[in-house]
Amino acid sequence: MIIAQQKPVKDIAAMISDCNKVLFVGCAGCVTVCLAGGEKETEILASSLRIMRKLEHKPIETVTFTATRQCDPEYIVALDNMVQEVDAIVSLACGVGVQYLAERFKDKWVVPALDTKFIGGATEHGVWEEKCGLCGDCVLHLTGGICPIIRCSKSILNGPCGGSQYGKCEISKDVDCAWQLIYDRMTALGKLDKLMEIQPPKDWTKSRDGGPRRAVREDVMIG
Amino acid sequence: MPCSGTIDHRVILHAFEDGADGVFVAGCMEGDCHFLKGNIRGKKRVQYVKQILDEIGFGSERVEFFNLSAAQGQRFAEIVKEMTERIMQLGPNPLTSNPDGKEGGIA
Ligand code: SF4
Ligand code: SF4
Repeated sequence: MIIAQQKPVKDIAAMISDCNKVLFVGCAGCVTVCLAGGEKETEILASSLRIMRKLEHKPIETVTFTATRQCDPEYIVALDNMVQEVDAIVSLACGVGVQYLAERFKDKWVVPALDTKFIGGATEHGVWEEKCGLCGDCVLHLTGGICPIIRCSKSILNGPCGGSQYGKCEISKDVDCAWQLIYDRMTALGKLDKLMEIQPPKDWTKSRDGGPRRAVREDVMIG
Repeated sequence: MPCSGTIDHRVILHAFEDGADGVFVAGCMEGDCHFLKGNIRGKKRVQYVKQILDEIGFGSERVEFFNLSAAQGQRFAEIVKEMTERIMQLGPNPLTSNPDGKEGGIA
């Protein structure tokens, strides 16, 4: 899932400092699971801003709503009536959700409450870690299910590099060397021989190349 | 609330928005939680609300978490006294419009 974190309240307040009535839109997708922009976080942020603005003698009126997903047009249609009377919309979704709102509500000031960080998952309650770099050409079948693109600091395909020490990456003793993990897993699987195959340089044209990427499934397209 | 672990950040923030001068959350002694870690979770949530209140300029002193058991009536009285004195020093909730704070109270 997408992992995001809330911006400092003061930064969000500055984006809407000239607004009197603001709609706060949470998202029940990824950002609910990573506790950044679900219904609860949306209401906490709205309450915090109401208190802050009241202390500044510039009270603000807030409306809150949590969409099933902000990254699907059909789920933001429900906002059509709500946006009429507000001066701005604060989105607590990832950057995708913010853009969907900005696109639909063209005449509204739409601002992000979160910083979208990475895609990954939880390692324990309250801790999330990056697991995939969205390279567009997955090689996990070659590396024992451990991503060398994002979990190796140098994204190398034929590792480890000379900086791997005692299972840790040379950038920090707190960061596991992905290639040590790959080596250990392939050993356990009895597939070490696969690591002897030299991987050619990665074809990055399937990644951030040629502008925004698109994925199409013609069989499910309608009209 | 059946357990301090069910305290929700919003309940505390809304209490202040509604004019409370102070809020204290009483949880059981650490290690004695019927639900194992409810009181630890409750304490952490109060800490989080304190951070928010500091960040937005309201100040974190008006909310506190205390550990005590249901059998410690005297300790409860001490805590109430301590909290009341603290709030008296801080004065009325700055969100209440009347400066003498008559609408406030301790939640
Ligand atoms: S808008 Fe972003 S956070 Fe919400 S479901 Fe879609 S991808 Fe996940
Ligand atoms: S190899 Fe590419 S697609 Fe696969 S997990 Fe790593 S970054 Fe993601």
